[in-house]
Amino acid sequence: MSEPLLKVRGLKIGATVYPPGEKPHDIEIVHGVDFELAKGKVLGLIGESGAGKSTIGLASMAYGRGGVKITGGEVWVNGREILSAGVGDIRKLRGAEVTYVSQSAAASFNPAKKIMDQVVEAAVEQKKFSRKDAEERARVLFAKLGLPDPDNIGDRFPHQVSGGQLQRCMTALALCPEPDLVVFDEPTTALDVTTQIDVLMAIKEAIRDTGVAALYITHDLAVVAQVSDDIMVLKMGNTVEYGSVDQIINAPQEEYTKALVSVRSIEHEEKAPTAEPVLSVRNITARYQGTKFDVLHGVNVDLYPGQTLAVVGESGSGKSTLARVITGLLPPREGEIEFAGRTLSNDLAGRSREDLRELQMIYQMADVAMNPRQTVGTIIGRPLEFYFGMRGAEKKKRIIELLDEIELGEKFIDRYPAELSGGQKQRVCIARSLAAKPKMIICDEVTSALDPLVADGILKLLLDLQKIEDVAYLFITHDLATVRAISDNIAVMYQGKVQRYGGKSKVLSPPFDDYTDLLLSSVPEMRLGWLEEVIANRKMESAGN
Amino acid sequence: MPQILKLLAQRIALGLILLFLVSALIFAGTVILPGDVAQSILGQSATPEALANLRKDLGLNEPALQRYFNWLGGAITGDLGTSLTSGADITESIGKRLSNTLFLAFWAAVVAVPLAIFLGLLAVRFKDRWPDKAISAVTLASISIPEFLIGYVLMYLIAVKMRWFPSVAMINDSMTLGEKLSSIALPVAVLTLVVLAHMMRMTRAAILNVMQSAYIETAELKGLNGFQVIYRHAFPNAIAPIVNVVMLNLAYLVVGVVVIEVVFVYPGMGQYLVDHVSKRDVPVVQACGLIFAAVYIGLNMIADLVAILSNPRLRHPK
Repeated sequence: MSEPLLKVRGLKIGATVYPPGEKPHDIEIVHGVDFELAKGKVLGLIGESGAGKSTIGLASMAYGRGGVKITGGEVWVNGREILSAGVGDIRKLRGAEVTYVSQSAAASFNPAKKIMDQVVEAAVEQKKFSRKDAEERARVLFAKLGLPDPDNIGDRFPHQVSGGQLQRCMTALALCPEPDLVVFDEPTTALDVTTQIDVLMAIKEAIRDTGVAALYITHDLAVVAQVSDDIMVLKMGNTVEYGSVDQIINAPQEEYTKALVSVRSIEHEEKAPTAEPVLSVRNITARYQGTKFDVLHGVNVDLYPGQTLAVVGESGSGKSTLARVITGLLPPREGEIEFAGRTLSNDLAGRSREDLRELQMIYQMADVAMNPRQTVGTIIGRPLEFYFGMRGAEKKKRIIELLDEIELGEKFIDRYPAELSGGQKQRVCIARSLAAKPKMIICDEVTSALDPLVADGILKLLLDLQKIEDVAYLFITHDLATVRAISDNIAVMYQGKVQRYGGKSKVLSPPFDDYTDLLLSSVPEMRLGWLEEVIANRKMESAGN
Repeated sequence: MPQILKLLAQRIALGLILLFLVSALIFAGTVILPGDVAQSILGQSATPEALANLRKDLGLNEPALQRYFNWLGGAITGDLGTSLTSGADITESIGKRLSNTLFLAFWAAVVAVPLAIFLGLLAVRFKDRWPDKAISAVTLASISIPEFLIGYVLMYLIAVKMRWFPSVAMINDSMTLGEKLSSIALPVAVLTLVVLAHMMRMTRAAILNVMQSAYIETAELKGLNGFQVIYRHAFPNAIAPIVNVVMLNLAYLVVGVVVIEVVFVYPGMGQYLVDHVSKRDVPVVQACGLIFAAVYIGLNMIADLVAILSNPRLRHPK
């Protein structure tokens, strides 16, 4: 057998950490990983955040992000060991033999330079192609990746194209110097499902057509199953399981892999609507100040006490705007909101303290929704003081009750947000909103920043709390698996309108309208060949393109 | 494109309004000063008749608002009035002084701005290593020592001991450019040392801030070397804050050189202003104030315009 393109032996990676209240010290984040990759093959690296998968991907370019240092092992690329190579040799490798596609193309393109300049830069700088040939090659790649107007798109600036298009430009950037290996680091995670599918297909075809090898890093097993030949499952910097894609998906050996394959254990029976809704959104039409276009057009939805209404749609569909209107942050142009039997003031300033108390909110980014200088106890105690005037022992007793309800317990009362994991932070935010004893909570993408297993735990908790507290959820999400798991009613939003609305079983059963069909069929499924099937059966193009 | 033109027009209009307000402030400030101009010109022994006549001649009996608009109207048409003490036309005498000050400021800027930005780039490239620390230490020391002290020290070492350049920066029209440059070499050196640190540290901070961006990682993973990453990818995104601090320092070079001009006996605006403040020559003080304000507002306005123009989202809307 010939020498593999990439061979990693006993790779160990360390980082300096700065925990609050402690001295900075070094920890090991990858504990000796082995794998290899042959020419033209794709290896999927999968795991939750903190598993070390991005770190391993970047190590194949001898690069450590921030304070990350490669502390041991060997990385062989094209028969040369690169960890012991000099700076000049590593520079010749980067951008020429190995290239990189990051999760957020929007952040990874220089906003001040034209796309073409950035796409051809490595190829020209590494003397792989002349500027003219590189541009010609870039245009061919733009066309191959399905970008509109491939001859001229390179003259645009990054902010002038959509997120999905920019992600494809980033793929073109990586493929332009004719590398032997491309590291794809979560290239579709930041995209809408309907856009993800197009980018995924474009990447897959580009890999096939150029014969390049790839490391494909993601937390989404269903996605990686579509593009990889082999899969390596990582957990906390260790290899859990390493095998062919068929073996990992269809016959996983390890418990952890099985959990990843079968994530979403929640079963939730749809409840029938009761007599009086707690929230009625009536004919809401809204636009942002200073713009000339409505982003919501005559939206009507009802939410019943103790139930969950999922509002689902792609970015730009108006689902977050609807939340802003309901909370009073964006007064609508037309329509009104009835809440708990009364009509709410359209403007936040016109709402009573009781209105504010009964309508709470939980956000996507738990860590920016909390004051980093306040303890968990202070954060949860604030609504108790503000709405109920609680003090001293009474307040502390209630805080501990709430901490028990969110399954954290009393010992967390003096912790700071920085000491908590992502899932724990979101739990504290849930406790804070429950502290106000609301009738309804708006949950805005509350699980999308979390790993699947952690998100699953949060959803379970929300459902349990709904039973105990009889609180209604307006659940905003782009993730249809989440919708299936927890909703009673569903509103599918598309371009500011409610496209489809009703009970969960009705909305998720055929016959579908074209958009709902596109949305449902775009959710990656964990079986081989799914991607090709979906592309072949599609009735409409996604809006992001 | 219309959006960017609107922004630029707004910024220019704001600058003009600001200048108008400052002119009112300068006028009001000199009007409410205690004492009487006529009295100070004629001295304590003046007769009441003489005082009354002079007040009438100077227009001091008219209401303040009318005097303000007369003055403003004159200033806009280039007539800044006549000096009370010398009777000379202020526009003419300031014109000469101003061009001398601008000459000094220009050459100081020509040396200081590129040097500061280069040192800033160098400090970023060798961040936390000895070149960075040395640059920081030297520039901080030079900004911390009072400028007149640096002036005298340089004068002693370079003019008196080594005799490379003259200690007094006198220039006149009959000198060639080379002679003039040799004459102002010392004040230019002092001014450079004074403004260097501020601009260099801002350049360093602005670029380091940009260096945290994901697109810098992209550039590093293209195999570019340190300087290529900095000047191709970081610098274009750090222009706005750098230009801002450069303009502030240029303004300082024009309006803040009073001390240096006095130290080196340089015939510029600063010395002119100091002379006439001590003589209570209100029209001259007002005129200098107005010109200094115009320079400050104008340079800061340019900084804002550059910041708007350097934003690709505004330059190339969707």
